[in-house]
Amino acid sequence: MDMSSELKVEGDFPIHFRYTAGLAGERFLREIKDNGRLVAARCSKCELNYLPPRIYCERCMSKLEDYVTIASVGTVDTFTVCKQDSDGKDLPQPATVALVRFPSAHGGLVHKVKGEVAIGDKVRVVFREKSKRTGSILDIEHFEKIA
Amino acid sequence: MFVKKRVAVVGAGLTKFVRRAQETGKELAFEAVRQALDSCNMRIQDIDSVALGSAPDAFDGVHMKGEYLLDGAGAWRKPYSRNFVGGGTGVFSPIHGWFHVASGLYDTCLVVAEEKMSSCLPHPQAAFLTIFDNMIERQLGPNLIWIFALEMQRYMHRHKIPKEQIAQVAVKNKRNALDHPSAQIARAVTLQDILDSEVLAWPVQRLDISPVSDGAAAVILASEDVARRITDSPVWIDGVGWNLDTTYWTNRDLYFPRYVANAARMAYEMAGISNPRKQIDFAEPYDPFDYKELHHMEGLLLCRKGEAPKLTAEGVTERDGRLPICPSGGLLGVGNPIAAAGLMKICELFWQLRGEAGKRQVAGDPRTAVAQAWGDLMQIGTVVVMRS
Amino acid sequence: MGTSLKEDDIERQKVLTVAYRPKVKYAWATGIAIGRFLMGLRAGEILGTKCEHCGRVVVPPRTFCEWCFKESNTWVKLPDTGIVNTFSICYITADTTRVKTPLIPAVIGIDSTTNAGFLHLIGGVKPEDVRIDMRVKAVWLDASERKGSITDIKYFTPLK
Repeated sequence: MDMSSELKVEGDFPIHFRYTAGLAGERFLREIKDNGRLVAARCSKCELNYLPPRIYCERCMSKLEDYVTIASVGTVDTFTVCKQDSDGKDLPQPATVALVRFPSAHGGLVHKVKGEVAIGDKVRVVFREKSKRTGSILDIEHFEKIA
Repeated sequence: MFVKKRVAVVGAGLTKFVRRAQETGKELAFEAVRQALDSCNMRIQDIDSVALGSAPDAFDGVHMKGEYLLDGAGAWRKPYSRNFVGGGTGVFSPIHGWFHVASGLYDTCLVVAEEKMSSCLPHPQAAFLTIFDNMIERQLGPNLIWIFALEMQRYMHRHKIPKEQIAQVAVKNKRNALDHPSAQIARAVTLQDILDSEVLAWPVQRLDISPVSDGAAAVILASEDVARRITDSPVWIDGVGWNLDTTYWTNRDLYFPRYVANAARMAYEMAGISNPRKQIDFAEPYDPFDYKELHHMEGLLLCRKGEAPKLTAEGVTERDGRLPICPSGGLLGVGNPIAAAGLMKICELFWQLRGEAGKRQVAGDPRTAVAQAWGDLMQIGTVVVMRS
Repeated sequence: MGTSLKEDDIERQKVLTVAYRPKVKYAWATGIAIGRFLMGLRAGEILGTKCEHCGRVVVPPRTFCEWCFKESNTWVKLPDTGIVNTFSICYITADTTRVKTPLIPAVIGIDSTTNAGFLHLIGGVKPEDVRIDMRVKAVWLDASERKGSITDIKYFTPLK
């Protein structure tokens, strides 16, 4: 056997990233941080409220400048229960993640869920305590089923 | 070579090129697309297909950058694809779009190019580390600048070109860029400024290099069947060419980019150009470094090998010269968000050939022009010839 | 149109950003040709391949000639001497930090090949004395230190 083909050379890719939230993302995260609420961007032509918001309507390519508040109560569209982390190691406790849709908004949010849920359950967005918010998506703690 | 439908550029849009933009890549793409649509009163519904070019995913740090940019690029539920050929991307993108229309498949194609390099740390050029062979080159501790320095040195040596003649290109382009609204930090520099600037990897000095940037550009292509309904002055893409050389770059003589000449011949033949020196009115060759403009002028067969520095020294390549080169200000002057920078040159051809380049307008009545880009491991030449 | 930010805007959190460091590592199989090349370096030899169709002798070696698109199976031991095709005097490292003692990367055209060569470093000479077409010879690590890497050659140095 030709041993030369068994040789391996190791390496990595030594770069890291810093992403800006962007114009729409900035507004979205600041509304969560400062006001503890969700906002969507409204396209009045297509009559859609995009959540998360964006500065353009993908359907008509209008520039979007109007933001509307979305009530922080939604419905579980789909969910999954994770047993492992992103490195494939077992989590100490299973974690539930759900895609939640909100009435009057086009789109939805993916986040952690406290406790168990089923599709169709009504959930509330639980925000972190105001003094602890940093302008990150983690200023949302989790979704919580409304009893 | 048989082309089914003649293809025109009917609209164009360009964002500012800035060192670090607040906008996400999607938002930059949207802004360029919005401008392009507005420039010719088209709606996104009038666009049949979308072709987008963007350089490595590693700059923006997102997976599948083409798909990521799609909705900002107006491609929601449209036939869409992304191309990437390194630095050649910006001029390959209109070729990629051209296929859609020249084939008769679609009447219109929106071409978009975007780059957000500022997300990549410690510096975007670190994302190019993988250009070097992973098994027998990276171990030497290379830096992207080596590629340019080694090519520049060979070119200078073969033709005995003094550094001053090369630096003159940067002086010209940075001055031209003062008249370009998208130029990020347009600032005239003197020859001495360049010669005094920090030596990074001799013969490359800091002011020989174009600025890293974020930005986006867009053009709208239309078939001859519909172009004149959209605009009174369509600008025709009459020739396209692309050609690549081997990755074994250390086995090539770097003084002349043969693959650029091959791409140029392909585009000139399609456009019916037999004497580019006489028949091309002005050119936008790719100028990420000052020596590259000269290297590419020769690759584009606009002058003899080794003659480009002399033409520059004689003022032939100034905006009011016999053969204006980079009247836009090029990458050196306007900025270098890789893919968007190449498409910026297509925008320049479009505006110049319609007489809409304002203070940058070249003298005479230009009818025929060529734009060219070039990529990464000195491998690709992408060439587009346009006519009014 | 392109909202310009300063580094300061980000540091003082005038705009929101997210940091991410990908955890990505590679272990590349060298393949047949480079595997043999690296083993050759460990043995203190530079190996190339010959295309029997066009006659080109090349380094780095490859299992097919990309000009003829035919397999290359003839291996050739090459001299460890050559000429400098091009070079640079480099004062910045891969992550753009400045260094006082420059590195001198070069493309070395290896003797007995058909205009072929590879990237390496020049050493044992003052930067200002390096010239294109200078004749050079490889300076190797001691046999006990070589491990099958391009760095088994420390650098190329001018032949006196």
